[in-house]
Amino acid sequence: MALIDIKNLTYQYPITDRPALRDLSLKVEENEFLAVIGRNGAGKSTLCYTLAGFVPHFFRGDLQGTVRVGEKESAESTLNEWVLQVGLVFQNPFNQISGSKFTVYEEIAFGLENIGIPREEMHQRVEDIMSRTGITDLGDRSPYALSGGQQQRVALASILVMEPRVLVLDEPTSQLDPIGTRQVFQVIKSMSGRGMTVVLAEHKLEWIAEFADRVIALQDGKIILEGSPGEVLTSPRLDDIGIAPSRYTRAARAAKEEGLWPAGQPLPVRLEEARQGFQRIIDGH
Amino acid sequence: MDIKIQDLHHTYPSGVHALQGITCEIPAGDLVAVVGQNGSGKTTLVKHLNGLLKPDRGEVFIGTWSTEKQSVARLATRVGYVFQNPDEQLFTKSVQQEISFGPRNLGYPEEKVQELVEQALCITDLTDARETNPYDLSPTWRKMVALASIIAMDTPIVIFDEPTTGQDAASIDRIGEVVELLRGQGKTLLTISHDIDFCADHFQRVIAMAEGKILLDGPAGQVLGEVEQLANTYVDPPQITRLGLELGLEHTVLSEGELLKEIRKMI
Repeated sequence: MALIDIKNLTYQYPITDRPALRDLSLKVEENEFLAVIGRNGAGKSTLCYTLAGFVPHFFRGDLQGTVRVGEKESAESTLNEWVLQVGLVFQNPFNQISGSKFTVYEEIAFGLENIGIPREEMHQRVEDIMSRTGITDLGDRSPYALSGGQQQRVALASILVMEPRVLVLDEPTSQLDPIGTRQVFQVIKSMSGRGMTVVLAEHKLEWIAEFADRVIALQDGKIILEGSPGEVLTSPRLDDIGIAPSRYTRAARAAKEEGLWPAGQPLPVRLEEARQGFQRIIDGH
Repeated sequence: MDIKIQDLHHTYPSGVHALQGITCEIPAGDLVAVVGQNGSGKTTLVKHLNGLLKPDRGEVFIGTWSTEKQSVARLATRVGYVFQNPDEQLFTKSVQQEISFGPRNLGYPEEKVQELVEQALCITDLTDARETNPYDLSPTWRKMVALASIIAMDTPIVIFDEPTTGQDAASIDRIGEVVELLRGQGKTLLTISHDIDFCADHFQRVIAMAEGKILLDGPAGQVLGEVEQLANTYVDPPQITRLGLELGLEHTVLSEGELLKEIRKMI
């Protein structure tokens, strides 16, 4: 049985005139790393909110269909129960900071306090996650006196520390530099390796190609492409739905149009794949 | 309008020595991308250009004005700053009011205000949203409103702080078009961006910063090919540049077109 099972989900926010998600069905297996792509407004964030229970419990609105995670149906659960199994890292980290804590260390401990974790274990988990997300030095700082990138790491740590069964991330690296981005992706991957199921909304296709098991593409609240990163991220249909393929894919396509790209060589998404293809051109194969 | 920065130092009250002797000149009409890891001093540097921060040591000139002696309000007539997070910038009830606020505040005659607002609405594709409350728009479009409200001030210098953050392909293209349009008007443009591909597409000059200092400064084609030096600023070269380097191409390439041209020479 899939860990996450969404069936025929149609959802419309209050006071809007069209649904944000339309008749969407999706299964995610335990321990899978699923990436969600789509242009802004396609429904990525709404799907994240739905998995995290914010839709419909917080946003209200009109929901049809069912959302199941593990044994629980979203409609029959309270948000308090739901957040114990699904953690959401917000797109804008500022929106996630509790506002009730004076230091980063306390901010990260906040969720654990709420569920009554013993003090010793709490210290241990907070310190471990701060070290893994690279924010040990920020422990005594105010969560508000941080750069966007630092705040984004704090937001991530404060969810990871809860060790949810499902981790949902809405563009978690938008304000990070490339090194920070790699570090965050590695942390996410290591959580996935420890049995966490990951759903990630992201624009950075190269990273998806490196880390995700499967990709879905949304347009107007529907899934219109689904498959392995190699299939979906080089699909010619990406352009039609407003997603720019990676530069490697674009360069290979341009070479293909000129008849240069080697026959049988798949279009690349990542650097190494592109290097192989172009090397073959140079070597005259 | 020229920018001149001389031995600029800045230390925050927390004790962080964010800028440690920055010297550079940016002639009118230059397009400059400032790159470097989080915390390298990029934002601290550009906040000195519109007077939000004042030098602890050294001096910054905008044209002939030293920023130390000018108010932020006065500097706003010369330097427009588009914030990274539009929500720190937007505050009125409609897109049109938001965009009119800046030019009206600068004291332009009402006729000119109208003209600038219409232009800004048009080039950011916001004409149909003029009556909308900015907070009813998606974050993508709020970013365009923030951009439009600065463009409408018609300053000779415009700074974009992380303009492509969280934007999709269509929106990044739109922002690129805005940059090209302003370039056509002869404005001096600076961007701070981790989106190195966007920098390579639109900005001819790249300044790479690390630990409060300038590490590299030169034409994009030169700076972005300096892989080892760039690694010290925690910046990866653009994807196409990396591919060119991996393939051992003779020249640093920044675009798909340049890449194919080099490869054609080799076969």
